[in-house]
Amino acid sequence: MSDVPALRTGSRLRSQVCTTEVIVVRPGAGSVSLTCGGQPLVELTAPKAEGVSPAAGLDGGSLLGKRYTADSDETLEILVTKAGDGTLADGATPLVLKDAKPLPASD
Amino acid sequence: MGIEVLLDLAASMCGDRIAIGSRQDGVTFDRLNELSSGGATVIQDSGAKHVAFVGLNGPALSVAVFASAKAGVPVTPLNYRLSDEQLTELIDTLERPLILSDAAFLPRIDAWGHQVLATEEFLAKAASTPGVGVPQEADVAVVLFTSGTTSKPKGVVLRHDNLTSYSLQTVEMAGADETECALISVPPYHVAGVATVLTNTYAGRRVVHLPEFDPQRWLEVVRTEGVTSAMVVPTMLARIVDHLGGERADVPSLRSLAYGGARLPRPVLEKALAAFPDTGFINAYGLTETSSTIAVLGPDDHRAAVDSTDEQVRARLGSAGRAVPGIEFAIRGDDGHVRPANEPGDLWVRGAQVSGEYVGLGSMLDPEGWFPTRDRGWLDDEGYLFIEGRTDDTIIRGGENVAPAEIEDVLVRHPAIKEAAVVGVPDDEWGERIAAAVVLESGAKADAGEIREWTRGQLRGSKTPDTIVFWPELPYNQLGKLLRRDIVSALLAGVAPDVS
Repeated sequence: MSDVPALRTGSRLRSQVCTTEVIVVRPGAGSVSLTCGGQPLVELTAPKAEGVSPAAGLDGGSLLGKRYTADSDETLEILVTKAGDGTLADGATPLVLKDAKPLPASD
Repeated sequence: MGIEVLLDLAASMCGDRIAIGSRQDGVTFDRLNELSSGGATVIQDSGAKHVAFVGLNGPALSVAVFASAKAGVPVTPLNYRLSDEQLTELIDTLERPLILSDAAFLPRIDAWGHQVLATEEFLAKAASTPGVGVPQEADVAVVLFTSGTTSKPKGVVLRHDNLTSYSLQTVEMAGADETECALISVPPYHVAGVATVLTNTYAGRRVVHLPEFDPQRWLEVVRTEGVTSAMVVPTMLARIVDHLGGERADVPSLRSLAYGGARLPRPVLEKALAAFPDTGFINAYGLTETSSTIAVLGPDDHRAAVDSTDEQVRARLGSAGRAVPGIEFAIRGDDGHVRPANEPGDLWVRGAQVSGEYVGLGSMLDPEGWFPTRDRGWLDDEGYLFIEGRTDDTIIRGGENVAPAEIEDVLVRHPAIKEAAVVGVPDDEWGERIAAAVVLESGAKADAGEIREWTRGQLRGSKTPDTIVFWPELPYNQLGKLLRRDIVSALLAGVAPDVS
């Protein structure tokens, strides 16, 4: 399967094995291998594969509107814009939910 | 990713929630999205390469911003209070513009020879035109002209990258609850006026507008619409506080009140904190060049400062707060080296939301991506940012740098003084001497000699104003920024400035 595209803030990626879609909020140091359900994330526009589903153990799903980060690189942040059944991970290590610390409305 | 995605995401999460207006008859996020798509087709059909917006803040601005994004052209809200000459000079720098104009300004604008569409007609056409299929990609989302208080206005280039980074990093997607409502009273041509369209949309927060500020009307709108958050410039907050005359504001729905855009005098903040005891206060510091807010002093920071006995913590009430996520600060000396904490210098900033780019002048970012704000200040031990003022406003008297703000802060503590502005005027002996223009509290009396002595007791002799004049008013622009050049001119001419 294809390599994960280079990450920039605003990059939109999707899962190859479920409906999960994400936006990169902070690209991090570049060391994280973003996967979902065991397969690398691809560009939103990449052609869809048929008959695939999340790998066992990586099928816990992701939460819509939440941000996730990696234990190995906490400067990475991705936001789930469409939920799905696959688990977002760094390789095979699941990503962790980022604490919501929103700023008070300032403008 | 373009800023229109912020609206797509909000619509997907809470499409039938009201985005703009009152609960009874406002526009939903879904409807805003449809109007923006239709509006994009209208813009494309016009052949315009840039949209200019000359109008008051309201739903048309939000549609214009997102429609321009979907059409792949930049949008530029303009200051309708500028003279015809000033406005045409700015519009003439835009590539093949389509001017969206409120009815009130049409007669002026029709004469300028550009394509014009009344904002009402734009909305009507947007409602009846099929939506543009796939949004066009573009780099530049918004061009905003700086207010030009220290030099001619410059066009700041805000790219989709800058604005989406700012929104994604400081706002929780659809994070607002159904009961929230933001009151916008800043004009569209202020960076906060544009940023607020993006952040409130992305947050899924309903907005209402008060396009022509009046303190009584402001309080009424807060009460009738159940406004939960509002943003004002300091001169508006001063007028609200004056209007209340020491009474509490009685606005039970108002959870937070943000102020920014210029310095807020401490006495006004203290009166505001007393008038709004149950409201969280937020100081937001930012520049047009940084897609608005880069530092925030939040409600907890305000409370901690007020409640503390520790001088360093109390002092933070006068700070701009700490950097927002994704932003770094550096205070640099004249030699370019980073100064240690608590030492003043020039403020530089870096982050994805920082543009630092001007039309025709290119990027002002240094090779490592740092932008010089041209503000002077310092950081305390825990990263709280204190702003002294614009570098250009620094007075150099006898070779010593004097920050006007330091003297102004002392002057407004004098019981008879309501407002104060301190500027440098040319002087053969000192290079510049320090002049203060003060406005007295109503009914108060004071004389220059007594004020100078009083000031000398609180600041070094070299920071005591050499001259003090008494004026009925100080000159500010619409965004609440002190017009220091006008003050200097008036002092040299020996008359109070005409502030009408």
